[in-house]
Amino acid sequence: MKPLNLLMATTALAIAGGMASAQDMTDEMTIVSWGGAYSNSQQKAYHEPYMEKTGVKIINDESSAEAVAKLRAMNEAGNVTWDVVDVVASDAIRLCDEGLAMEIDPDTQLAAAPDGTSAADDFGDLLVSECFIPQIVYSTAFGYRTDLVGDTPPDDICDVFDTETYPGKRSLEKRPINNMEWALLCDGVAKDDVYDVLATAEGQEQALAKLDTIKDDVIWWSAGADTPQLLADGEVVMGSTYNGRLFSVIEEQKQPVAMLWDAQVFDLDGWIIPAGLSEERKARALDYIMFATDTQRLADQAKYISYGPARASSAPLVGQHAELGIDMAPHMPTDPANAKNTFLYNYEFWADYRDDIDAKFQAWLAK
Amino acid sequence: MSDQTTSGPVLAADGTPLKRSLARALRLQKMRALALIAPLLLFVLITFIAPIADMLFRSVENQIVSETLPQTVVALADWDPTTGEAPDEAVYRALAADLKVAVEDKTHTRLGSRLNYELTGASSLFRKSGRKVKRMDLESDTSFKEAFTDIDRKWGEVAIWETIQTYSPKYTNGYFLNAVDMRKGPDGPEARPENQQIYMMLFGRTLFMSLVITMSCIILGYPVAWLLANLPTRTSNLLMILVLLPFWTSLLVRTSAWKVMLQQQGVINDTLVWLGLVADDARLVMINNQFGTIVAMTHILLPFMILPMYSVMQTIQPSYLRAAKSMGATNWTAFWRVYFPQSVPGIGAGSILVFILSIGYYITPEIVGGNTGTFISNRIAYHISSSLNWGLAAALGAILLAVVLLLYYVYDKIVGIDNVKLGG
Amino acid sequence: MADIHSSDAFVEFERVQKSYDGENLVVKDLNLVMPKGEFLTMLGPSGSGKTTCLMMLAGFETATHGDIRLDGESINNIPPHKRGIGMVFQNYALFPHMTVAENLSFPLEVRKMGKSEREAKVKRVLDMVQMGEFGGRRPAQLSGGQQQRIALARALVFEAELVLMDEPLGALDKQLREHMQFEIKRIADNLGITVVYVTHDQTEALTMSDRVAVFDDGRIQQLAPPDTLYEQPENSFVAQFIGENNTLEGVVKEINGDVALVRLDDGELIDCKPVNVSKPGERTRVSIRPERVEYNKERLQEGVHTLKAEVMEFIYMGDIFRTRLKVAGNDEFIIKTRNAPDQVRLQPGTQIEIGWLPQDCRALDA
Repeated sequence: MKPLNLLMATTALAIAGGMASAQDMTDEMTIVSWGGAYSNSQQKAYHEPYMEKTGVKIINDESSAEAVAKLRAMNEAGNVTWDVVDVVASDAIRLCDEGLAMEIDPDTQLAAAPDGTSAADDFGDLLVSECFIPQIVYSTAFGYRTDLVGDTPPDDICDVFDTETYPGKRSLEKRPINNMEWALLCDGVAKDDVYDVLATAEGQEQALAKLDTIKDDVIWWSAGADTPQLLADGEVVMGSTYNGRLFSVIEEQKQPVAMLWDAQVFDLDGWIIPAGLSEERKARALDYIMFATDTQRLADQAKYISYGPARASSAPLVGQHAELGIDMAPHMPTDPANAKNTFLYNYEFWADYRDDIDAKFQAWLAK
Repeated sequence: MSDQTTSGPVLAADGTPLKRSLARALRLQKMRALALIAPLLLFVLITFIAPIADMLFRSVENQIVSETLPQTVVALADWDPTTGEAPDEAVYRALAADLKVAVEDKTHTRLGSRLNYELTGASSLFRKSGRKVKRMDLESDTSFKEAFTDIDRKWGEVAIWETIQTYSPKYTNGYFLNAVDMRKGPDGPEARPENQQIYMMLFGRTLFMSLVITMSCIILGYPVAWLLANLPTRTSNLLMILVLLPFWTSLLVRTSAWKVMLQQQGVINDTLVWLGLVADDARLVMINNQFGTIVAMTHILLPFMILPMYSVMQTIQPSYLRAAKSMGATNWTAFWRVYFPQSVPGIGAGSILVFILSIGYYITPEIVGGNTGTFISNRIAYHISSSLNWGLAAALGAILLAVVLLLYYVYDKIVGIDNVKLGG
Repeated sequence: MADIHSSDAFVEFERVQKSYDGENLVVKDLNLVMPKGEFLTMLGPSGSGKTTCLMMLAGFETATHGDIRLDGESINNIPPHKRGIGMVFQNYALFPHMTVAENLSFPLEVRKMGKSEREAKVKRVLDMVQMGEFGGRRPAQLSGGQQQRIALARALVFEAELVLMDEPLGALDKQLREHMQFEIKRIADNLGITVVYVTHDQTEALTMSDRVAVFDDGRIQQLAPPDTLYEQPENSFVAQFIGENNTLEGVVKEINGDVALVRLDDGELIDCKPVNVSKPGERTRVSIRPERVEYNKERLQEGVHTLKAEVMEFIYMGDIFRTRLKVAGNDEFIIKTRNAPDQVRLQPGTQIEIGWLPQDCRALDA
């Protein structure tokens, strides 16, 4: 039984944690991230230079998907074993709300841009929480099979809802976020009104009704790797996922897939430092953050993965892919050609409505 | 003879009463036995009993409201939400005092997340108010009601106050109500709106599908177990390895393999199309639905059915069948009347194992279940790791535990638990 | 071989062979004819083929070659459940999930017998084995002897004319076993059924059977009534296997009608009855039963050869005395004497002379 497992794991963690506390004093730190190509890009752009510079040993943990739950469990057990954690912005907000992440002062604890612009200005609006240090801008967008869409490839988000012109299955994420916005947008709601409408019960019904029109044609995904696989297998004609995943399907695996950037939803991913670290570990974690989020480091990461650096000052430094040798700029979600019609994940709204809308969404899904 | 009278207690050689001396000897034995099992007992206690107790406790625990807003809860006790009026100034003053402390401890946002499960918007309301309440002055400010309604007009409405009042007790049945598609209403528990009802349906589906999976395992596993028990040792050892092989492969790999097999562009559909049995544009949908979940889980759980069956069948001597036949029973009658009843304990053990395992399964349904083949455990996992509503997850888990225990009890009443054998 | 006319035959094995692996024969050329009502025991060491024969008769094994007939009809291709043969198994094979009455009722049920008839028959057979009040119990609640009775009752309840028993008393203790031997024999005689009984216990075979078939190496070594078997074994295997037996080895010196003169390996001469020796010069193994050896010279016939013997050991066994001697180089030579008031107790070290009637000493194959 899952909850038991988790609780057992918590207890085991507490025991293991008790034994591991001697680790505090060593020059080691545990950094938690998502694994796969993304962790790899961080390893190359941040970890390796940092280890070379300081001699600190970095231990990787690929637990970001369960970071919030695990941090809460560690916190309850009174033994936090992680030093720096990579999370999406919405999770960072919740960790901050729960008091599980420490607050960061951008002026003193983050590096200024090379031209002297303060970190607060350089990151700008992307500092969506006091605890969050943004790292990349990624987007959730659609990819489609170029060989299955005929002569008129989809160029509008509403083509996703057009099963007559584009027959076949689509893959959508198994959660309300993004899907509800797209549904309303394609049901005639103006982009500026989307969240006002979605805040009402009628608006939620409207969005679900729109989704209902394609429900039989949807394969719901829960892991970021699902859509690329479904596209590669030809199981779906189009599907949403993170743009970096689509980049690797298109450019690295050379599959007949193309991007549909319309109405892509920007989201942020970045670091938090767990609350309750010892002074020594906290100092080490802050030192790492100062290093890993400076202008050059963020630009470096884009050599390995097609996510946009979160600092304005990093953008001009983005160059070519380290292995493929192609220009990365056109593959960035923030590239002007791609960013004609975009959303920014509405953290405030979803923090409030997530539980309510999710209950309705899941009930609708299970019907 | 000695002068010992018959009325006194029987004495041991050293003069202590025999009973006490016996008790001491036995106690020593018991202590030694206890010391031997102590590590296991401790292990089970820490890793199994304690987490279950913790889970049961979480499903009713609700101290966060009264701990974060102690003065407010007291001040709000006499307020009557049915008047439609927001509470009076005293309550707002108490709220300001409580929030000032809470902001220091950073617990106000945590309370916001908790109340957001009950009232949408509570999360941002508390986050926003936390920032502003720092500027309030308990000594000099006069109208806190005004100050709060300036921050957000929701503070002037009944809803948030009603929610705080409803959830102010230290313990709540709210999570359990939620877990059975109900909620706390003004007049006690009431059903949730239909578009939010999901858990009862999921419980039902979980039980139904687990039952189907168990039945499939019985039907597929029985002949295999029979072969295992009756083939010559060399052949049966080979077969046993084939049965155990899935155990040596990762669960995810096996589930993903089913994806490759069953999907519309998958191996089975390709073969059917190639054979001309299925049209290319009418490929069968065999995954991301209940069928996919049942197939994949039957495959994964089959060894848990086969092994107990096998170990029971091994103990059924071939002479029983011969005896039946010598008495005039046909092969079928001999099997059905003599062999099968004796193999029932193995079926029972396997069924309990498979049923209980499948009822709590979540990885496989998550991957191949689509939206019609998911289990209650998928929602539990969601509430544990995504929504962080651990109270609801605990309530769902507690109900699942209760259902399993109930079924176990029913099984015991119908079949008898001593009629379950894992072997010998 | 005895030639019983086919019209009397109830069970017949004709040139039956059995091989499991295609290389070795477990049963080699078995010929056997049983009249109705006979109690025949198949006796032999384990691996001698006796159980295989029983299983072929029951239908659980098929004969590799040859014909098995029941009441004149070949049953080679009749499945076991249609043969109508009752069977008692070594471990009883009582169905543990049924009560005693259900067990007994089972063969009647599969014969589609009505309920009242079934009950009457079950009651009758239970009474016959004196287990009347045990109908409602489970086999596990019965003692070994009681289970044995029920197993017997179950083989009899459907009125089979032929009942096979595969070492049915093997699991019982000695006293109970002896009691049950008598019981089985009595019931079999009363009902007039034909019984084929397999055992490796020679006492059992001798006390119960009309005839005993001694098996060894896949063949019947001798088929005869118990007394003939004991007193006139036809070869040295049977002589060794049945009862206690002394053997001396030597060469036939001359044969004179009913008496053969044998020179033992140490040079002494003895008189024997030639059984399967035909001419002088043949090696032979001489067999004498311990109770037929005489050391009291007065009781010996005039003119017979005697042997010198040394007493090695004297064992008091209550009803008899058992004395171990060293005779002609063989120090395992046993004599048995009745514990009579005038019987001498031979002391170790005593030198005596022994002899016997020539017809009690059989010159067999070497």
